[in-house]
Amino acid sequence: MIKEFTEKIKSREIDVVQHTRKVLNEIKTLNKEYNYFNTISEELALEQAEKLRSNPKGRLAGVPISVKDCIVVKGVESTAGSRILKGYNPVFNATAVARCIDEGAIIIGKTSQDEFGFGGFSTNVGLDYKVPLNPFDKERATGGSSGGSGGISQKASFPHVSLGESTGGSIVNPASFCGVFGLCPTYGRVSRYGLMDYANSLDKIGPMSKSIEDAALVLEIISGSTSRESTSLNKPVENYSSFAGKGVKGMKIGVIKDAFAEGLDDAVRKKVWDGIKKLESEGAKYEEVSLPLTIKYGLSVYYIIATSEASTNLAKYCGMRYGKHEKLEGSFNEYFTKVRSKHFGKEAKRRIILGTFARMAGFRDAYYIKAMKVRTRIINEYKSLFKKYDLLVSPTVAILPPRFDEINKLSLLQNYMVDTLTVGPNLAGLPHLNVPVGFEKKGGKQLPVGMMLIGDHLQEAKLIQAGSVFGR
Amino acid sequence: MKGVKVDRNLILRVADNAKLSLTDKEIDEFLPQLKEVLEFFSSIDEVDTKGIEPSTQPVEIRNVLREDVVKPSLSQDDALANTEHKKDGYFKGPRAV
Repeated sequence: MIKEFTEKIKSREIDVVQHTRKVLNEIKTLNKEYNYFNTISEELALEQAEKLRSNPKGRLAGVPISVKDCIVVKGVESTAGSRILKGYNPVFNATAVARCIDEGAIIIGKTSQDEFGFGGFSTNVGLDYKVPLNPFDKERATGGSSGGSGGISQKASFPHVSLGESTGGSIVNPASFCGVFGLCPTYGRVSRYGLMDYANSLDKIGPMSKSIEDAALVLEIISGSTSRESTSLNKPVENYSSFAGKGVKGMKIGVIKDAFAEGLDDAVRKKVWDGIKKLESEGAKYEEVSLPLTIKYGLSVYYIIATSEASTNLAKYCGMRYGKHEKLEGSFNEYFTKVRSKHFGKEAKRRIILGTFARMAGFRDAYYIKAMKVRTRIINEYKSLFKKYDLLVSPTVAILPPRFDEINKLSLLQNYMVDTLTVGPNLAGLPHLNVPVGFEKKGGKQLPVGMMLIGDHLQEAKLIQAGSVFGR
Repeated sequence: MKGVKVDRNLILRVADNAKLSLTDKEIDEFLPQLKEVLEFFSSIDEVDTKGIEPSTQPVEIRNVLREDVVKPSLSQDDALANTEHKKDGYFKGPRAV
Protein backbone atom coordinates (compact mmCIF):
# COMPACT_ATOMS: atom_id res chain seq x y z
CA MET A 1 0.00 0.00 0.00
CA ILE A 2 2.79 2.43 0.97
CA LYS A 3 4.85 1.54 -2.10
CA GLU A 4 2.05 2.42 -4.53
CA PHE A 5 1.14 5.52 -2.53
CA THR A 6 4.67 6.96 -2.46
CA GLU A 7 4.94 6.49 -6.23
CA LYS A 8 1.81 8.60 -6.66
CA ILE A 9 3.25 11.25 -4.35
CA LYS A 10 6.51 11.30 -6.29
CA SER A 11 4.74 11.48 -9.67
CA ARG A 12 2.53 14.22 -8.14
CA GLU A 13 -0.59 12.24 -9.01
CA ILE A 14 -1.48 12.84 -5.36
CA ASP A 15 -0.78 16.31 -3.97
CA VAL A 16 0.94 15.73 -0.65
CA VAL A 17 -0.37 18.91 1.01
CA GLN A 18 -3.97 18.24 0.03
CA HIS A 19 -3.64 14.63 1.13
CA THR A 20 -2.15 15.65 4.47
CA ARG A 21 -4.99 18.14 5.05
CA LYS A 22 -7.52 15.40 4.33
CA VAL A 23 -5.75 13.05 6.77
CA LEU A 24 -5.67 15.72 9.50
CA ASN A 25 -9.39 16.37 9.08
CA GLU A 26 -10.12 12.67 9.27
CA ILE A 27 -8.11 12.10 12.45
CA LYS A 28 -9.56 15.20 14.12
CA THR A 29 -13.07 13.89 13.51
CA LEU A 30 -12.11 10.38 14.64
CA ASN A 31 -10.43 11.72 17.73
CA LYS A 32 -13.60 13.40 18.98
CA GLU A 33 -15.26 10.02 19.01
CA TYR A 34 -12.43 7.58 19.85
CA ASN A 35 -9.59 9.47 21.68
CA TYR A 36 -6.69 7.98 19.74
CA PHE A 37 -4.46 11.08 19.94
CA ASN A 38 -3.14 13.04 22.90
CA THR A 39 -1.82 15.63 20.44
CA ILE A 40 -2.43 16.12 16.72
CA SER A 41 0.66 17.76 15.21
CA GLU A 42 -1.11 19.74 12.50
CA GLU A 43 1.48 22.48 12.15
CA LEU A 44 4.42 20.07 11.85
CA ALA A 45 2.54 17.79 9.43
CA LEU A 46 1.65 20.65 7.08
CA GLU A 47 5.16 22.06 7.26
CA GLN A 48 6.60 18.63 6.34
CA ALA A 49 4.05 18.26 3.52
CA GLU A 50 4.90 21.71 2.06
CA LYS A 51 8.58 20.82 2.10
CA LEU A 52 7.91 17.52 0.42
CA ARG A 53 5.74 19.08 -2.29
CA SER A 54 8.72 20.87 -3.78
CA ASN A 55 10.98 17.83 -3.47
CA PRO A 56 9.06 14.58 -3.02
CA LYS A 57 11.47 11.80 -2.08
CA GLY A 58 12.04 8.95 0.35
CA ARG A 59 10.63 5.50 0.97
CA LEU A 60 7.89 7.06 3.12
CA ALA A 61 7.25 10.13 0.94
CA GLY A 62 4.05 11.71 2.21
CA VAL A 63 3.07 8.72 4.38
CA PRO A 64 1.21 9.71 7.56
CA ILE A 65 2.92 8.21 10.63
CA SER A 66 1.52 8.44 14.15
CA VAL A 67 3.80 8.09 17.16
CA LYS A 68 3.04 6.73 20.62
CA ASP A 69 3.14 9.58 23.10
CA CYS A 70 6.19 8.16 24.95
CA ILE A 71 8.41 8.54 21.85
CA VAL A 72 9.63 12.11 21.49
CA VAL A 73 8.94 14.32 18.49
CA LYS A 74 10.77 17.63 18.32
CA GLY A 75 8.51 20.57 19.05
CA VAL A 76 5.41 18.43 19.65
CA GLU A 77 4.17 17.98 23.21
CA SER A 78 5.26 14.51 24.34
CA THR A 79 4.01 13.28 27.70
CA ALA A 80 3.90 9.44 27.70
CA GLY A 81 0.27 10.03 28.65
CA SER A 82 1.21 11.53 32.01
CA ARG A 83 0.17 14.83 33.52
CA ILE A 84 3.60 15.11 35.12
CA LEU A 85 5.01 15.76 31.62
CA LYS A 86 2.25 18.12 30.51
CA GLY A 87 3.81 20.99 28.57
CA TYR A 88 7.03 19.14 27.72
CA ASN A 89 8.20 20.11 24.25
CA PRO A 90 11.16 17.94 23.23
CA VAL A 91 14.14 19.70 21.65
CA PHE A 92 15.10 16.63 19.60
CA ASN A 93 13.56 13.70 17.71
CA ALA A 94 13.77 10.07 18.80
CA THR A 95 16.02 8.12 16.40
CA ALA A 96 13.06 6.07 15.11
CA VAL A 97 11.12 9.29 14.39
CA ALA A 98 14.11 11.01 12.76
CA ARG A 99 14.64 8.01 10.47
CA CYS A 100 11.01 8.10 9.33
CA ILE A 101 11.20 11.86 8.70
CA ASP A 102 14.42 11.40 6.70
CA GLU A 103 12.44 9.06 4.43
CA GLY A 104 9.72 11.65 3.85
CA ALA A 105 7.19 10.63 6.52
CA ILE A 106 4.55 13.08 7.76
CA ILE A 107 4.21 12.98 11.55
CA ILE A 108 0.51 13.40 12.31
CA GLY A 109 0.40 13.15 16.10
CA LYS A 110 1.07 11.50 19.43
CA THR A 111 -1.14 8.52 20.24
CA SER A 112 -2.87 7.84 23.55
CA GLN A 113 -1.60 5.20 25.96
CA ASP A 114 -1.63 3.97 29.54
CA GLU A 115 0.45 6.42 31.57
CA PHE A 116 4.12 5.52 30.86
CA GLY A 117 2.88 2.19 29.43
CA PHE A 118 1.45 0.96 32.74
CA GLY A 119 -1.44 -1.16 31.57
CA GLY A 120 -2.89 -3.74 29.23
CA PHE A 121 -6.15 -1.96 28.38
CA SER A 122 -5.23 1.73 27.92
CA THR A 123 -7.60 2.49 30.79
CA ASN A 124 -4.72 3.60 33.07
CA VAL A 125 -4.31 6.90 31.24
CA GLY A 126 -2.76 9.80 33.16
CA LEU A 127 -4.76 12.42 35.06
CA ASP A 128 -6.85 14.61 32.69
CA TYR A 129 -6.38 12.19 29.73
CA LYS A 130 -9.11 10.38 27.83
CA VAL A 131 -9.33 6.60 27.40
CA PRO A 132 -9.21 5.38 23.75
CA LEU A 133 -12.20 3.31 22.62
CA ASN A 134 -12.14 0.06 20.66
CA PRO A 135 -12.65 0.66 16.92
CA PHE A 136 -15.21 -2.19 16.73
CA ASP A 137 -17.21 -1.43 19.88
CA LYS A 138 -16.90 1.82 21.80
CA GLU A 139 -17.87 0.11 25.05
CA ARG A 140 -14.73 -1.99 24.89
CA ALA A 141 -11.00 -1.38 25.41
CA THR A 142 -8.40 -0.97 22.67
CA GLY A 143 -5.91 -2.99 24.69
CA GLY A 144 -2.72 -1.41 25.88
CA SER A 145 -0.55 0.20 26.37
CA SER A 146 -0.21 1.36 22.73
CA GLY A 147 -4.02 1.67 22.52
CA GLY A 148 -4.20 4.86 20.47
CA SER A 149 -1.74 3.41 17.96
CA GLY A 150 -3.84 0.24 17.62
CA GLY A 151 -7.10 2.16 17.23
CA ILE A 152 -5.89 4.63 14.63
CA SER A 153 -4.14 1.87 12.68
CA GLN A 154 -7.48 0.09 12.34
CA LYS A 155 -9.57 3.19 11.61
CA ALA A 156 -7.26 5.07 9.21
CA SER A 157 -8.65 5.11 5.66
CA PHE A 158 -5.23 6.23 4.37
CA PRO A 159 -1.83 4.47 4.16
CA HIS A 160 -0.52 4.63 7.70
CA VAL A 161 1.85 3.05 10.19
CA SER A 162 2.04 3.86 13.88
CA LEU A 163 5.20 3.68 15.96
CA GLY A 164 4.17 1.75 19.06
CA GLU A 165 6.21 0.63 22.04
CA SER A 166 6.22 -2.57 24.05
CA THR A 167 7.60 -3.40 27.48
CA GLY A 168 5.52 -6.50 28.34
CA GLY A 169 3.17 -6.82 25.38
CA SER A 170 2.09 -3.28 24.60
CA ILE A 171 2.39 -3.67 20.82
CA VAL A 172 0.79 -7.08 20.20
CA ASN A 173 -1.94 -6.72 22.83
CA PRO A 174 -3.61 -3.58 21.36
CA ALA A 175 -2.90 -4.90 17.84
CA SER A 176 -4.90 -8.00 18.80
CA PHE A 177 -7.81 -6.04 20.32
CA CYS A 178 -7.89 -3.63 17.35
CA GLY A 179 -7.44 -6.26 14.62
CA VAL A 180 -4.16 -5.03 13.09
CA PHE A 181 -0.59 -6.28 12.71
CA GLY A 182 1.79 -5.26 15.50
CA LEU A 183 5.46 -6.13 15.21
CA CYS A 184 7.60 -5.93 18.32
CA PRO A 185 11.24 -6.40 17.26
CA THR A 186 14.18 -7.99 19.06
CA TYR A 187 15.37 -5.99 22.07
CA GLY A 188 17.93 -3.50 20.73
CA ARG A 189 16.94 -3.88 17.06
CA VAL A 190 15.47 -0.36 17.11
CA SER A 191 17.29 2.34 19.06
CA ARG A 192 15.53 3.55 22.21
CA TYR A 193 17.09 7.00 21.90
CA GLY A 194 14.24 9.42 22.51
CA LEU A 195 11.96 6.84 24.08
CA MET A 196 10.85 7.74 27.60
CA ASP A 197 11.88 4.69 29.59
CA TYR A 198 9.36 2.51 31.30
CA ALA A 199 11.75 -0.42 31.94
CA ASN A 200 14.92 -0.01 29.95
CA SER A 201 15.90 -3.69 29.81
CA LEU A 202 12.52 -4.46 28.25
CA ASP A 203 11.39 -1.46 26.16
CA LYS A 204 11.18 -1.81 22.36
CA ILE A 205 9.81 0.47 19.64
CA GLY A 206 7.95 -1.27 16.80
CA PRO A 207 5.43 -0.65 13.97
CA MET A 208 1.68 -1.27 13.99
CA SER A 209 -0.40 -1.26 10.81
CA LYS A 210 -3.24 -2.84 8.87
CA SER A 211 -0.60 -3.96 6.36
CA ILE A 212 2.20 -6.35 7.34
CA GLU A 213 4.24 -5.22 4.35
CA ASP A 214 3.98 -1.58 5.43
CA ALA A 215 4.89 -2.46 9.02
CA ALA A 216 7.90 -4.39 7.69
CA LEU A 217 8.99 -1.42 5.57
CA VAL A 218 8.90 0.90 8.57
CA LEU A 219 10.80 -1.64 10.68
CA GLU A 220 13.48 -1.77 8.00
CA ILE A 221 13.76 2.03 8.15
CA ILE A 222 13.86 2.44 11.94
CA SER A 223 16.18 -0.52 12.70
CA GLY A 224 19.92 -0.31 13.24
CA SER A 225 22.31 0.93 15.87
CA THR A 226 23.19 4.48 16.84
CA SER A 227 26.14 5.77 18.79
CA ARG A 228 23.61 7.59 20.99
CA GLU A 229 22.17 4.40 22.46
CA SER A 230 24.57 1.74 23.69
CA THR A 231 22.02 -1.09 23.84
CA SER A 232 21.03 -0.73 20.18
CA LEU A 233 22.34 -3.78 18.33
CA ASN A 234 25.09 -3.32 15.78
CA LYS A 235 23.79 -6.03 13.45
CA PRO A 236 22.96 -5.77 9.73
CA VAL A 237 19.39 -4.73 8.90
CA GLU A 238 17.56 -6.94 6.41
CA ASN A 239 15.13 -5.71 3.75
CA TYR A 240 12.23 -6.83 5.90
CA SER A 241 9.50 -5.77 3.48
CA SER A 242 10.87 -8.12 0.81
CA PHE A 243 9.94 -11.10 3.01
CA ALA A 244 6.20 -10.36 2.82
CA GLY A 245 4.67 -12.96 0.52
CA LYS A 246 7.60 -15.38 0.63
CA GLY A 247 5.49 -18.04 2.29
CA VAL A 248 6.15 -20.57 5.05
CA LYS A 249 6.95 -23.73 3.10
CA GLY A 250 9.14 -26.01 5.21
CA MET A 251 8.94 -23.86 8.34
CA LYS A 252 8.75 -25.67 11.65
CA ILE A 253 6.31 -24.18 14.10
CA GLY A 254 5.96 -24.97 17.81
CA VAL A 255 2.47 -24.51 19.22
CA ILE A 256 2.78 -23.47 22.87
CA LYS A 257 0.27 -25.88 24.40
CA ASP A 258 0.43 -24.34 27.90
CA ALA A 259 -1.11 -21.20 26.39
CA PHE A 260 -4.25 -23.09 25.36
CA ALA A 261 -5.08 -24.09 28.93
CA GLU A 262 -8.02 -23.17 31.13
CA GLY A 263 -9.13 -19.55 31.01
CA LEU A 264 -8.76 -19.25 27.26
CA ASP A 265 -11.86 -17.94 25.53
CA ASP A 266 -13.34 -20.64 23.26
CA ALA A 267 -13.64 -18.29 20.31
CA VAL A 268 -9.99 -17.26 20.68
CA ARG A 269 -8.94 -20.92 20.85
CA LYS A 270 -10.87 -21.77 17.69
CA LYS A 271 -9.67 -18.80 15.61
CA VAL A 272 -6.04 -19.30 16.62
CA TRP A 273 -6.21 -22.97 15.70
CA ASP A 274 -7.73 -21.95 12.37
CA GLY A 275 -4.67 -19.73 11.95
CA ILE A 276 -2.28 -22.59 12.74
CA LYS A 277 -4.10 -24.84 10.23
CA LYS A 278 -3.77 -22.10 7.64
CA LEU A 279 0.02 -22.03 8.16
CA GLU A 280 -0.01 -25.83 7.81
CA SER A 281 -1.99 -25.62 4.56
CA GLU A 282 0.69 -23.24 3.25
CA GLY A 283 3.40 -25.82 3.86
CA ALA A 284 4.52 -25.27 7.46
CA LYS A 285 4.73 -28.18 9.88
CA TYR A 286 3.65 -27.85 13.48
CA GLU A 287 4.11 -29.72 16.75
CA GLU A 288 2.93 -28.96 20.25
CA VAL A 289 5.62 -27.71 22.61
CA SER A 290 5.73 -26.62 26.23
CA LEU A 291 7.13 -23.56 28.06
CA PRO A 292 6.24 -24.52 31.63
CA LEU A 293 8.52 -22.10 33.45
CA THR A 294 7.64 -19.12 31.26
CA ILE A 295 3.89 -19.60 31.50
CA LYS A 296 3.92 -20.24 35.25
CA TYR A 297 6.43 -17.61 36.43
CA GLY A 298 6.73 -15.13 33.56
CA LEU A 299 4.11 -12.73 34.89
CA SER A 300 5.72 -12.46 38.35
CA VAL A 301 9.20 -12.08 36.90
CA TYR A 302 7.97 -9.44 34.49
CA TYR A 303 6.19 -7.32 37.08
CA ILE A 304 9.10 -7.44 39.51
CA ILE A 305 11.70 -6.42 36.90
CA ALA A 306 9.48 -3.90 35.11
CA THR A 307 8.33 -2.08 38.25
CA SER A 308 11.86 -2.10 39.70
CA GLU A 309 13.23 -0.42 36.61
CA ALA A 310 10.21 1.90 36.33
CA SER A 311 10.60 3.13 39.88
CA THR A 312 14.15 4.32 39.13
CA ASN A 313 13.30 5.66 35.67
CA LEU A 314 10.46 7.75 37.06
CA ALA A 315 12.69 9.33 39.69
CA LYS A 316 13.62 12.05 37.20
CA TYR A 317 10.09 13.44 37.12
CA CYS A 318 10.19 15.90 39.97
CA GLY A 319 9.21 19.32 38.61
CA MET A 320 12.73 20.53 37.89
CA ARG A 321 13.68 20.22 34.23
CA TYR A 322 10.51 19.57 32.25
CA GLY A 323 6.79 18.95 32.50
CA LYS A 324 4.72 20.13 35.43
CA HIS A 325 6.29 22.58 37.84
CA GLU A 326 5.01 23.92 41.12
CA LYS A 327 5.93 27.01 43.08
CA LEU A 328 9.47 26.51 44.44
CA GLU A 329 9.01 26.29 48.18
CA GLY A 330 10.10 24.01 50.99
CA SER A 331 13.06 21.64 50.99
CA PHE A 332 13.89 19.54 47.92
CA ASN A 333 12.26 16.54 49.59
CA GLU A 334 9.03 18.45 50.16
CA TYR A 335 9.06 19.99 46.68
CA PHE A 336 9.74 16.74 44.77
CA THR A 337 7.18 14.86 46.86
CA LYS A 338 4.56 17.56 46.22
CA VAL A 339 5.03 17.52 42.43
CA ARG A 340 5.10 13.73 42.17
CA SER A 341 2.14 13.10 44.46
CA LYS A 342 0.01 15.67 42.68
CA HIS A 343 0.68 14.72 39.04
CA PHE A 344 1.36 10.97 38.83
CA GLY A 345 -1.76 8.86 38.24
CA LYS A 346 -2.82 6.01 40.47
CA GLU A 347 -1.22 3.11 38.58
CA ALA A 348 2.07 5.00 38.26
CA LYS A 349 2.09 5.45 42.04
CA ARG A 350 1.29 1.77 42.59
CA ARG A 351 4.09 0.62 40.29
CA ILE A 352 6.59 3.03 41.85
CA ILE A 353 5.69 1.61 45.28
CA LEU A 354 6.00 -2.00 44.05
CA GLY A 355 9.31 -1.38 42.29
CA THR A 356 10.83 0.65 45.11
CA PHE A 357 9.89 -2.14 47.52
CA ALA A 358 11.41 -4.86 45.29
CA ARG A 359 14.74 -2.99 45.23
CA MET A 360 14.92 -2.03 48.92
CA ALA A 361 17.57 -3.42 51.24
CA GLY A 362 16.29 -6.65 52.71
CA PHE A 363 13.98 -7.44 49.80
CA ARG A 364 16.26 -6.89 46.81
CA ASP A 365 17.77 -10.41 46.69
CA ALA A 366 14.44 -12.15 47.14
CA TYR A 367 12.61 -10.15 44.49
CA TYR A 368 14.69 -8.15 42.01
CA ILE A 369 17.82 -10.34 41.80
CA LYS A 370 15.80 -13.56 42.01
CA ALA A 371 13.52 -12.37 39.21
CA MET A 372 16.51 -11.64 36.97
CA LYS A 373 17.83 -15.15 37.61
CA VAL A 374 14.49 -16.69 36.72
CA ARG A 375 14.53 -14.52 33.59
CA THR A 376 17.80 -16.23 32.58
CA ARG A 377 16.05 -19.59 32.86
CA ILE A 378 13.09 -18.30 30.83
CA ILE A 379 15.46 -17.12 28.08
CA ASN A 380 17.11 -20.56 28.10
CA GLU A 381 13.71 -22.25 27.86
CA TYR A 382 12.92 -20.33 24.67
CA LYS A 383 16.42 -20.76 23.25
CA SER A 384 16.25 -24.54 23.52
CA LEU A 385 12.98 -24.55 21.53
CA PHE A 386 14.47 -22.34 18.80
CA LYS A 387 17.11 -25.00 18.17
CA LYS A 388 14.29 -27.03 16.66
CA TYR A 389 11.60 -24.54 15.57
CA ASP A 390 11.54 -21.47 13.34
CA LEU A 391 8.57 -19.90 15.10
CA LEU A 392 6.41 -20.41 18.17
CA VAL A 393 2.73 -19.63 18.23
CA SER A 394 0.04 -18.94 20.84
CA PRO A 395 -2.99 -16.69 21.22
CA THR A 396 -1.90 -13.08 21.79
CA VAL A 397 -4.39 -12.45 24.58
CA ALA A 398 -6.59 -15.15 26.15
CA ILE A 399 -9.76 -13.06 25.94
CA LEU A 400 -11.74 -10.97 23.46
CA PRO A 401 -11.52 -7.18 24.00
CA PRO A 402 -13.38 -6.67 27.31
CA ARG A 403 -16.01 -4.03 28.10
CA PHE A 404 -14.98 -1.17 30.37
CA ASP A 405 -17.47 -2.25 33.05
CA GLU A 406 -15.84 -5.70 33.05
CA ILE A 407 -12.36 -4.18 33.41
CA ASN A 408 -13.54 -2.07 36.36
CA LYS A 409 -14.49 -5.22 38.25
CA LEU A 410 -11.05 -6.84 37.91
CA SER A 411 -8.72 -7.05 40.90
CA LEU A 412 -5.23 -5.61 40.43
CA LEU A 413 -3.78 -9.09 39.92
CA GLN A 414 -6.49 -10.05 37.40
CA ASN A 415 -5.75 -6.79 35.62
CA TYR A 416 -2.05 -7.68 35.39
CA MET A 417 -2.95 -11.18 34.12
CA VAL A 418 -4.02 -9.83 30.72
CA ASP A 419 -0.26 -9.85 30.00
CA THR A 420 0.18 -13.56 30.81
CA LEU A 421 0.90 -14.72 27.24
CA THR A 422 2.85 -11.66 26.09
CA VAL A 423 5.37 -11.19 28.91
CA GLY A 424 7.42 -14.25 27.86
CA PRO A 425 8.83 -13.00 24.54
CA ASN A 426 9.25 -9.53 26.07
CA LEU A 427 11.31 -10.84 28.99
CA ALA A 428 13.47 -12.83 26.57
CA GLY A 429 13.79 -9.91 24.12
CA LEU A 430 12.36 -12.04 21.31
CA PRO A 431 10.65 -10.50 18.27
CA HIS A 432 6.91 -11.21 18.16
CA LEU A 433 4.04 -10.35 15.86
CA ASN A 434 0.29 -10.10 16.29
CA VAL A 435 -1.59 -11.50 13.32
CA PRO A 436 -5.33 -10.80 13.02
CA VAL A 437 -6.88 -14.25 12.46
CA GLY A 438 -10.60 -13.56 12.43
CA PHE A 439 -13.60 -12.12 14.17
CA GLU A 440 -16.09 -13.35 16.72
CA LYS A 441 -19.55 -11.86 17.02
CA LYS A 442 -20.43 -10.74 20.53
CA GLY A 443 -23.22 -8.44 21.63
CA GLY A 444 -24.01 -7.69 17.99
CA LYS A 445 -20.45 -6.53 17.26
CA GLN A 446 -17.64 -8.27 15.41
CA LEU A 447 -14.58 -8.47 17.70
CA PRO A 448 -11.09 -9.27 16.41
CA VAL A 449 -8.95 -12.21 17.53
CA GLY A 450 -5.15 -12.15 17.41
CA MET A 451 -2.55 -14.89 17.10
CA MET A 452 1.00 -14.27 18.32
CA LEU A 453 4.03 -15.54 16.43
CA ILE A 454 7.37 -15.50 18.24
CA GLY A 455 10.77 -15.73 16.55
CA ASP A 456 14.33 -16.22 17.75
CA HIS A 457 16.48 -13.11 18.27
CA LEU A 458 16.83 -11.09 15.05
CA GLN A 459 14.52 -13.45 13.10
CA GLU A 460 12.00 -10.71 12.28
CA ALA A 461 12.02 -11.80 8.61
CA LYS A 462 10.43 -15.16 9.46
CA LEU A 463 7.64 -13.40 11.38
CA ILE A 464 6.93 -11.25 8.32
CA GLN A 465 6.91 -14.30 6.02
CA ALA A 466 4.41 -16.10 8.24
CA GLY A 467 2.34 -12.99 8.99
CA SER A 468 1.89 -12.18 5.31
CA VAL A 469 0.14 -15.53 4.77
CA PHE A 470 -2.82 -13.77 6.39
CA GLY A 471 -2.91 -10.86 3.95
CA ARG A 472 -0.31 -8.28 3.12
CA MET B 1 9.61 -14.04 49.80
CA LYS B 2 7.04 -15.59 52.08
CA GLY B 3 6.39 -14.00 55.44
CA VAL B 4 6.90 -10.36 54.49
CA LYS B 5 4.52 -8.27 56.53
CA VAL B 6 2.89 -5.87 54.11
CA ASP B 7 1.27 -3.27 56.31
CA ARG B 8 0.64 0.44 56.53
CA ASN B 9 4.07 1.13 57.99
CA LEU B 10 5.87 -0.69 55.20
CA ILE B 11 3.93 1.22 52.54
CA LEU B 12 4.68 4.53 54.24
CA ARG B 13 8.38 3.67 54.40
CA VAL B 14 8.48 2.67 50.72
CA ALA B 15 6.50 5.76 49.69
CA ASP B 16 8.90 7.99 51.59
CA ASN B 17 11.85 6.43 49.74
CA ALA B 18 10.01 6.96 46.45
CA LYS B 19 9.21 10.61 47.24
CA LEU B 20 5.47 10.03 47.22
CA SER B 21 3.00 11.22 49.79
CA LEU B 22 -0.02 8.93 49.75
CA THR B 23 -3.44 9.93 51.06
CA ASP B 24 -5.21 7.68 53.57
CA LYS B 25 -7.62 6.75 50.82
CA GLU B 26 -4.76 5.68 48.55
CA ILE B 27 -3.15 3.62 51.30
CA ASP B 28 -6.46 1.88 52.08
CA GLU B 29 -6.85 1.05 48.42
CA PHE B 30 -3.25 -0.01 47.75
CA LEU B 31 -2.66 -2.13 50.85
CA PRO B 32 -4.82 -5.17 49.96
CA GLN B 33 -3.79 -4.89 46.29
CA LEU B 34 -0.08 -4.93 47.06
CA LYS B 35 -0.59 -7.82 49.48
CA GLU B 36 -2.31 -9.81 46.74
CA VAL B 37 0.29 -9.20 44.02
CA LEU B 38 3.32 -9.60 46.30
CA GLU B 39 2.01 -12.94 47.48
CA PHE B 40 1.59 -13.95 43.84
CA PHE B 41 5.12 -12.74 42.98
CA SER B 42 6.53 -14.81 45.85
CA SER B 43 5.86 -17.95 43.81
CA ILE B 44 9.24 -17.39 42.11
CA ASP B 45 10.79 -18.51 45.41
CA GLU B 46 10.23 -22.10 44.34
CA VAL B 47 12.24 -21.82 41.09
CA ASP B 48 15.69 -23.41 41.32
CA THR B 49 18.20 -20.71 40.38
CA LYS B 50 21.30 -22.27 41.92
CA GLY B 51 24.32 -21.28 39.85
CA ILE B 52 22.18 -19.18 37.48
CA GLU B 53 23.41 -15.66 36.63
CA PRO B 54 20.88 -12.79 36.71
CA SER B 55 20.12 -11.40 33.23
CA THR B 56 20.22 -7.63 33.39
CA GLN B 57 19.46 -7.54 29.64
CA PRO B 58 17.63 -10.07 27.46
CA VAL B 59 20.35 -10.20 24.80
CA GLU B 60 24.11 -10.16 25.16
CA ILE B 61 25.39 -6.62 25.07
CA ARG B 62 29.05 -5.70 25.03
CA ASN B 63 30.63 -2.61 26.45
CA VAL B 64 30.36 0.20 23.96
CA LEU B 65 33.21 2.66 24.28
CA ARG B 66 34.13 5.78 22.35
CA GLU B 67 37.08 8.13 22.24
CA ASP B 68 37.02 10.60 25.11
CA VAL B 69 36.67 13.69 22.94
CA VAL B 70 34.24 16.56 23.22
CA LYS B 71 31.45 16.55 20.65
CA PRO B 72 28.56 18.95 20.20
CA SER B 73 25.62 17.99 22.38
CA LEU B 74 22.55 19.61 23.91
CA SER B 75 23.08 23.37 24.11
CA GLN B 76 22.55 25.18 27.38
CA ASP B 77 19.52 26.96 25.93
CA ASP B 78 17.98 23.67 24.80
CA ALA B 79 18.69 22.05 28.16
CA LEU B 80 16.85 24.87 29.90
CA ALA B 81 14.08 25.20 27.32
CA ASN B 82 11.54 23.17 29.30
CA THR B 83 12.06 24.44 32.84
CA GLU B 84 10.10 27.14 34.60
CA HIS B 85 12.75 27.49 37.27
CA LYS B 86 16.05 28.86 35.98
CA LYS B 87 18.49 31.60 36.82
CA ASP B 88 21.67 32.84 35.11
CA GLY B 89 21.83 29.85 32.78
CA TYR B 90 21.28 27.29 35.54
CA PHE B 91 18.35 25.23 36.79
CA LYS B 92 16.98 26.74 39.96
CA GLY B 93 16.08 24.01 42.44
CA PRO B 94 14.42 23.87 45.83
CA ARG B 95 16.37 24.40 49.02
CA ALA B 96 18.85 21.55 49.64
CA VAL B 97 19.63 22.27 53.29
